[in-house]
Order: sequence, then C-alpha cells, then structure tokens
Amino acid sequence: MAYALQQLINGISLGMIYGLIAVGYTMVYGIIGMINFAHGDIFMVGAFVALISILLLIAGGVMDGPAALLLVLAISMAFTALYGWTVERIAYRPLRGSFRLAPLISAIGMSIVLQNFVQLSQGARVKPLEPQLVGGFEVMREGDFVVQLSTMQILIVLTTLVVLAVFTWLVTKTPLGRAMRACEQDRKMAGLLGINTDRTISLTFVIGASLAAVAGTLYLLRYGVIDFYVGFLAGVKAFTAAVLGGIGSLPGAVLGGLLIGLIETFWSAYFSVQYKDVAAFSILALTLIFLPTGLLGRQEVEKV
Amino acid sequence: MTAPMLEVTDLVAAYGAVQALKGVSLHVDRGEIVTLIGANGAGKSTLLMSLCGDPRPRHGRVVLDGQDITAMPTHEIMRLGVAQSPEGRRIFPRMSVMENLLMGAQALGHDPAPVLKRVFKLFPRLEERQAQRGGTLSGGEQQMLAIARALMSKPRLLLLDEPSLGLAPLIVRQICAAIRELNETEGLTVLLVEQNANQALRLAHRGYVLVTGRITMSGRGTELLARPEIRDAYLGGGH
Repeated sequence: MAYALQQLINGISLGMIYGLIAVGYTMVYGIIGMINFAHGDIFMVGAFVALISILLLIAGGVMDGPAALLLVLAISMAFTALYGWTVERIAYRPLRGSFRLAPLISAIGMSIVLQNFVQLSQGARVKPLEPQLVGGFEVMREGDFVVQLSTMQILIVLTTLVVLAVFTWLVTKTPLGRAMRACEQDRKMAGLLGINTDRTISLTFVIGASLAAVAGTLYLLRYGVIDFYVGFLAGVKAFTAAVLGGIGSLPGAVLGGLLIGLIETFWSAYFSVQYKDVAAFSILALTLIFLPTGLLGRQEVEKV
Repeated sequence: MTAPMLEVTDLVAAYGAVQALKGVSLHVDRGEIVTLIGANGAGKSTLLMSLCGDPRPRHGRVVLDGQDITAMPTHEIMRLGVAQSPEGRRIFPRMSVMENLLMGAQALGHDPAPVLKRVFKLFPRLEERQAQRGGTLSGGEQQMLAIARALMSKPRLLLLDEPSLGLAPLIVRQICAAIRELNETEGLTVLLVEQNANQALRLAHRGYVLVTGRITMSGRGTELLARPEIRDAYLGGGH
C-alpha cells in the first residue's frame, strides 16, 4: 500500500512533465494539422538553457532560493520560445500550402539540426547538475518503508498546475486564445475576419515552446542529468501522451501525460524497468484500437 | 462623379489549374447594393474570395476607395473595412454564438458592445442563442450569424455570398429587409452574390450577370429583371 502510494506520487510528477510537453504537440496539431517532431528537442533546448543559467547564477553566487529558480524558469522560457518561433518561421511557414508530408519531413530535419547544434556547441557528454532542491516530507510509514514526498515533486506539481491554469485562461478567455481557436476551427475564415493567421500560428509555437521550457527546467532539476539526446525519448513519450489523450484536445494532452507517467512508473515498480517504454507504447496501441480518437478526442462530425 | 468604392478591372483568378474568373470588370459605388447573379459554378464565390485576396488574383486590379488592394494580405484587406459572409457560412462550430460575433470585431479593435446591441436588434434570435455553440444552430440561424459576424467589424463594404441559400422564404425576406435597412439607414455598401436572381435583383440597385467566369450583362436591377434572357435562364422559366 505504502509502496503503491509512493509510485503514485512519482508517477504523477513524471506525468506532469510529459503533460506539459504534450500540450505543445497537441496545440500545433490543432492549429496546422502537423506533428512537430522537433518539439522534443525544443524541450531539450529548454533544459539546456536552464542548466546554463543555473551554472551562471551559481558562478555569480546568486543561485539561492525560490526567486533564483523563478528567474531560471523565466530565462529558459524566453530563450526556448525564441527557438520555437524560429523553427516555425524557417522550417514550417515556407511550406504552408505545400503537400501534407512536407512540413513533417522538415520537422524531422529541424529535430536533427537542434540535436546536432546542441551536441556541437555544448559537447556530447552527459551534463550533470547537483541537486538544487533537497529535502521533503514523510507522508507515511509502513514497516521499514517510508513514503516520501520530496520538495522537488511538490515544485513540479505546483509549477505545472500554475502554468496550466494560466495557459487555460489564455486559451479560453483572451482575444489571443479566441483567435487561436478560430484558426484551429477554420483558418480561412479567421483570415476573412482580419486575423493575422501567420502571427497567430507563430504565437502558438511560442506558447508551446514556453511550456516545453518549463518541462525542460523541471526535468533538469528533478533528474539532474541531461544530454543533447534527452529530447528524443521524452518527445516520443509526450507525443504518445497527446495521442492517447486525443490529439487536438488540450485537457486530453494533460490526462495522457499523467497516464503515461503513471503506467511507466507502476510498470517499473512492479514488473521490469527495462520494459517500461514497451508498457507505455502498448497501452497506446490498445487505446487506439478501441478508441481511435484517443480518450478525449473528438469524433469529426459536424453539422453542415 | 466620385470614384467608385470598389473597382475591379479585368480580374483573373484560378483554383489550381481551373480558371474560375476570366477577366471580370465591375464597380460598386458608395451606398449602393450591387448584385452578381449567375448559375452554380459561374465563379461568383471565387470573385468574392479573390477580392479578399484568397485566392490571390493572377491578373487584373482591385481598388478600394482609391487604394490598390490586389496584392494585399487577406487580413489587411479586411481591416480596411471589408467584411464577408462567405459561401457555406463558415461559422466556428465549437465557439458560442457570442464568441463568433466577438471574432467579427476583434481584429478591428473597436468596442464591440454598441455594435453587438445593434446586431441583436437586427437578429433577436441570435441574442436568445448567444450561449449556444455555433455548430448546433439551424441553417437559418447560422446564416444570420454569418451576416451578423460580418457586420460586427462595422464594414464600409459588405460582401454577401448567397444569404438565401437553403433558407425558408420567410427568413429570406427577413434577411433582405435587414440588408435594405442597413443600406438605407447607414449607407452600407453591399455586393451580393445570388443564385436567387428574382429576390436579388429586386433588392439591388444594379446587377451583373456572370457566366462561366465572364460578365455577360449588366444594368439596373429592375431592367435586368425585365430582360427575357434573364427570365429564361435565372428566373425558373425552364426549371
């Protein structure tokens, strides 16, 4: 029981990171109908920017307390957003109106470019970071087994909830969010209402990349090691989460992320760590067989 | 004589390899209701869309109040005060009626409240349905919403694509009355595309007939109505 509770805590905090990345996949899919294969690498860039800024703050002697962490988060979001914007601008926008496969191929290209860029500029070796947040609470004790809720896990859950709340408000209540939904539902019509659709799409990438930067920063702080390849598996997992939740659905992306995180954690805890990815992807395959649109996906029926 | 509000010269537009417009010239004066009638596939909707830059004209010129808008991006043209209620209505299906209406005003940056009030006065039905999702409205309600959404931008030129399509005669009369009222009380300029030639020519000051991408006839609405070839082709003589 205590063991399971611990897995639940671990699974949720991992799942929230997947959820944050998955939102970026699902948003881009919703608005331009493509899978942004470079999104996992944007997450990796976010982690690297966070690492560099933490090291700079440590060198400056000011890496201390929550304010410093917030600063790191802000820097990572800003730089990563710029990367997201640039990727869309140079690799996807010129291909708009081209055949459907073109931006997908371009996205795979951007993924390789980003990985190699970081490998060349930062080196190929794994980058360690000593724990910045230690400590935690003892939730319960059962015999020898102690259920721990670490400060880091609390930080992950709280940050994700705050970021997702702001994001939800943005999409449902602001003119920008309305323009984004309009572009998603009928881009041509949005243009006919004077909406600059290219700009709206750019902003979608900027927001998606900022969320990935939050995920990257949290991932770095939690696991303490990153390399240029870390975006690949995280990206595939988050993409799986987005599809599991129903691609195009924002709540679905978060739900999918949580499920993938939980499945992976529980599988590792009770069966074998080596096969945790197989478990996550098998659940995806099963879901798609019985629910082709994912858990919260929409069946495409519309009244004409 | 003042320059026309909209002047289209020798417009050529195509979807892929299909040339839909083969050199169309027409003009709309300020405060006029002009209709463009023609059969299915004549190029009427393509004309309205290419005035908005989508598809971009391959040849020819579109001038709005003296400004050449032929090569302008769609959203900039619309911000100059052009609004369109397009073919197929294109209501945002997963937005409420209210959000659809607000989308109409959003890019123009004015306060939507007073325009909203006016639009609801014109179409009280939309006020009752304001919280309902656009995709669940009936055809007639969607048509009203499409026109209302176009009006939300306070346009100087309103482009209407077949507002009577698929609607009950009573609703068609309501919509015609609304268009006439806007034209008479506020001087709104309207370019109206219709298959329903009878109604359109009665409503409009002038009309053009479009046949497979070319203008074949033009004249005052009542004049065109009286022409035997129009009666035969568009007023249900043979069908």
